[in-house]
Parts: sequence; C-alpha cells; structure tokens
Amino acid sequence: MFDSVVGTLPAVTPPRRHASRLFFRHRLAALGLVVIVALVLSAAFAPWLSPYNPDDLDMANRYAPPLSAGHLLGSDDLGRDVLTRLMYAGQVSLSVGVAAMAVTVIVGFAIGAFAAYLGGWIDVALMRVTDTMLCFPSVFLLLFVAAFVTPSLASISLMIGLTCWMELARVIYGQIRVLRSADFVAAARMVGAPAWRIILRQILPNVMAPILVAATLNTANAILLESYISFLGYGIQPPQASWGNMLTNAQSDFLVDPWLALMPGLAITLAVTSFNFIGDGLRDALDPKMSRR
Amino acid sequence: MGRFLVNRVAQSAVLLVGVSVIGFALMHLAPGGPLAMYTLNPTVTAQDIQRVKVQFGLDQPVWVQYFKWAAGIFTGNWGYSFFGGQPVREVVFDRLPATFELMGSALCLSLLIGVAIGVLSAVKRGSLLDHATAVAAMVALSLPTFWFGLLAIFIFAQTLGWLPAGGNHSTDGGGFLDGLRHLILPVAVLALVLVAQWSRYTRSYLLEILNQDFIRTARAKGLRPSRVLVNHALRAALVPLITLGGLQLPLLVGGALVTETVFSWPGMGLLFVNALGSRDYPVLMAILMVGAFVVVLGNLIADILIALVDPRAKIAHV
Repeated sequence: MFDSVVGTLPAVTPPRRHASRLFFRHRLAALGLVVIVALVLSAAFAPWLSPYNPDDLDMANRYAPPLSAGHLLGSDDLGRDVLTRLMYAGQVSLSVGVAAMAVTVIVGFAIGAFAAYLGGWIDVALMRVTDTMLCFPSVFLLLFVAAFVTPSLASISLMIGLTCWMELARVIYGQIRVLRSADFVAAARMVGAPAWRIILRQILPNVMAPILVAATLNTANAILLESYISFLGYGIQPPQASWGNMLTNAQSDFLVDPWLALMPGLAITLAVTSFNFIGDGLRDALDPKMSRR
Repeated sequence: MGRFLVNRVAQSAVLLVGVSVIGFALMHLAPGGPLAMYTLNPTVTAQDIQRVKVQFGLDQPVWVQYFKWAAGIFTGNWGYSFFGGQPVREVVFDRLPATFELMGSALCLSLLIGVAIGVLSAVKRGSLLDHATAVAAMVALSLPTFWFGLLAIFIFAQTLGWLPAGGNHSTDGGGFLDGLRHLILPVAVLALVLVAQWSRYTRSYLLEILNQDFIRTARAKGLRPSRVLVNHALRAALVPLITLGGLQLPLLVGGALVTETVFSWPGMGLLFVNALGSRDYPVLMAILMVGAFVVVLGNLIADILIALVDPRAKIAHV
C-alpha cells in the first residue's frame, strides 16, 4: 500500500539541481559556458600552448596570412604571432572583465544593501548618488577618468567597476526593501545581530540569483568597455596585448591585412556573446518568474 | 499635472547639480590638477604653468572655481578652451547639430525596426524567426561598436565603394542626398544595438500583455487579431516602451561617441575624444554636462509622456 503511493509520486528534484538542469536546457548558454572555459584555458596556458613569445619580433615574416607555415592565424605588422598574442591578450581582457565585475558587484551590493537596510538619510544620500551617477553616459565618464589615470590592469578594472555599479545597486535595493520586513530578518534583528551580519548572513543568500545574473552580464559589459578604452589608447598599453589594443591600428590593418583587424574583434564578440548567453541562461534557471516560459 | 511637472523638473535640476559636482570633483582629483599633463612638457616652464593657472582661475580654491563655473553656465560663459582659447560654448554648440542628427536618425530607425521585429517575434513566438532574431539580437548587443563600424567601412566604403567612409558631407559641399549617403553607415552601426534592445523588450512586454484577461476578452468579442494587437496590446505596451526610450539615452549618447570617432563624424563625441587627447578640461567638462543633460532631459520627457498616457504614474512620482 505504502509502496504504491510512493511509486506514483513524481520525483522531486532538489532546487539547485533543478536550476542547473534549466540552465543546460538553454543550449546557447551551455555553449557559451563551453566557449568561456575554452577561452580561459587557452589564455591561462598560453605559455605552454604556444611556441612563441607574444613580443617576439620577426621582421622577415610580417603580415603572414592565416594558415601559413608556423602561424595558424598569421602574423602582425611586426611579425608577432597573432594566435599567441590573442591568447595572451585573453589573459588581460578576461582578467579585466572579471576584476571589474567583482568591483561592480561589491560596490553595487554594498551601496544597495546599506541604503535599503539602514534607510533614513543614508538611504536618501546613497540612492541620490546612484541616480546622479546613472545620468552620465558611461563611456564618457570612463574616458574622462581614464585620461588622467596611469593605465594598468588594476586601475582599468577599478575604473570600469566604479562606473558600472549603479544598476546592480538599484536591483539589490529593490529586493532588500522587500526582504527587510521578512520574518527571518526580524528574528535575526531580535537576537541582536548587527546590521552587517544580517546583510551578509540573512539577506545575501536570498539575493544571490539577481547578483549572479548581473555579475555575468557585467563581465560581458566590462570586456566591451575595456576594448573601447584600449582601442582609443587610454587602456592597456602596448606592447602588452589586449583584445582592444590589438585593434588600435585596425583602420589601416583592414587595408593591408584584413585578417589582422578581424581576429581580435571576433575574440571580443565571442567572449562577450558567450557571457551574455550565460547570463541569459542563468536568468532563466534562477528567476522563478521566468520559468513559465 | 502641474504639481507632478514641478516635482519632476526640480528632481532633474537636482540631478544635474549632482552631475556637475561629481564631474568637477573628478577633474580636480586628477593628480597634479587639470594642468598635470603640461608639466611633463619640457618647453613649458613653471612660470608658464603659473601664468595659465592664474589666467584660467585654477589658482583659486576648488569651490570658488566651481561656483564661478556654475554661474558661467547660466550667464552663457562656459569658459575657454585650454587649446586655442575659443569660448567653450561656441565650440560645443557648433558640434551639437551633427550629433543630434546622428542620434535622432538612429533612434527613429531603431524604434521602427526594433518594435516591428519585437511584435513579429512575440506573435510568432517559438518560430524560427523568433529564435533567429533572439540570437541575432544577443550577438548585436555583444559586438564592439568601433570594430563593427570599421568592418562596415572596410566592406561598404573601401571594398565595394558604395558609401563614403567618413565625415558628414563631401569636401565639395554636396546637398541633401550627399548628406544622406554619409549618414547611412554611421546610423546603421549606431542603430544596431538599439534595434536589438527594442526588439527584445518589445517581445517580452507583448508576451506578458498577450496573456492578460483584457486581451482574451477582446479576442472573445470577435475583434480581428490585427485590431487586438494594435489597439489593445501595443497600446498597453506603450508605457514600458517609453520608459525604455528614456533608459536607452545613456547608451545612445555613449554609442554616438564611439560611432563618431570611427566615422570621423564631426559631432560632440569626436570633439570629446580630441579634447581628451589634449586634456582640454573646460571642453571635456562642458561635453560631460551636455551628455548628462541630454540623458536627464530624455528621462524627464519620458516621464511626462508616461504621465500623459497613464495618469496613474503621476501619483507614484509625487
């Protein structure tokens, strides 16, 4: 009798496994994940994967076309191997993307959470600053600051992160305004937990889903912004390669050797599209409102 | 409506004051101040720097400079360019029409195409068209604009020779058609991202609306599907779409900067990038303010339009 009842019950998957199944059902998100893993591995193991040094000049073999002997994706105006440089540039561009995302998430969460949780004049002050920062077109603000900061991996990540946190802060703010009056938060407050502890231990786990989605989309955006400022010459400085600064001469490269201008752009598009698809998949998987699709 | 309007205008003014304070602070946070770059130049002596500082009032306390600058904004004296010394206001206003031409065309074009694609993919949900546009939109949102612009120049201007590679008119003047030909490539590049956004958002708003009871009622009454779509569904989507228009402005202004740089379009964005090279802070500050002003004004207009379309919105804001 008991067995037959259990037998007819549908198997219930635990929520986390349910989410990962939803994520992988989004085929493009799964593909995006594979691409990002491949890009990260090729960047991380570049010194072992490539026989070349990214800065080795070879003036005898300038502008070698793709698939030519020794150069799978050809060589650039100074005879440097393009594939090698792309892999090393990946180290820079992907690190900037992830580091800037971390800054965005930390600052955005801190500002949104404290404004919403503490309320009062802190709320008003922090959210007015957020509104004000949102009025700047981010590329203008970023270039304005980048122009007088000595460019380095750290400074560029910091600048991108500090100009992109506003939307996340608003999302977190909205979520926490609702959570603040939840019973479990009131209970934590009653046993005397300090604000920062309640925010980190009680509230953070409950807003992980939007943070995860925003983090992925922000990584994509940060990679794009890095390429913009490096292209304009205010980002990563040559000879260190980034996907953006490999395109600095793209305008003339298109005439001399179109492949040279094509590859870094494709790398950026590939990485950014993949992160965007992953973010899309995460949203489908984690947002209960979307699951009815 | 009157109270709502006063409130919103006041809010916008406060935002702009905040923007100017942040912009001014950033400019003076620069290590060594706005003239830092010139101290590196060996032909510029310490006396020269001092003279320029006094000339531009940079020797005064920052807050005095701020109030002088802010007062100047209202009296029409926007300061003078560090380079060439022309009045900043003239320099910037000269460039505004070209930028607005580019942004306006891109916005209108993307609105038409994007909403059309969004409606089609919402109506034919799950179809091949829906999936294809979803993927295309995601890729469009991920393209580095400058690279896509250069690619477009390479293909359509340099290889095929169909369209001019840059600028907004031919050197020998040219007429309306000539201007139009110069406009096509930059507008297409700038509009691409916006089309992707409009189509995605229109689709998701419409899908939400098409599930609601009043749509079912309208269908049950026996109205033609096209009528239900246009008169009932799209009308309900108007409010979120207007909001999106307001939210898109920072993207539009930022995109215009990149597009103008690639296409040598003589607008505000190209001026900004050039001024950046020479650290011409009075010009940079002015463009930053104009950019923020466009964004704030756009959001204000969006909110007013929404209040006109949907009277409930007024209550939420006051």
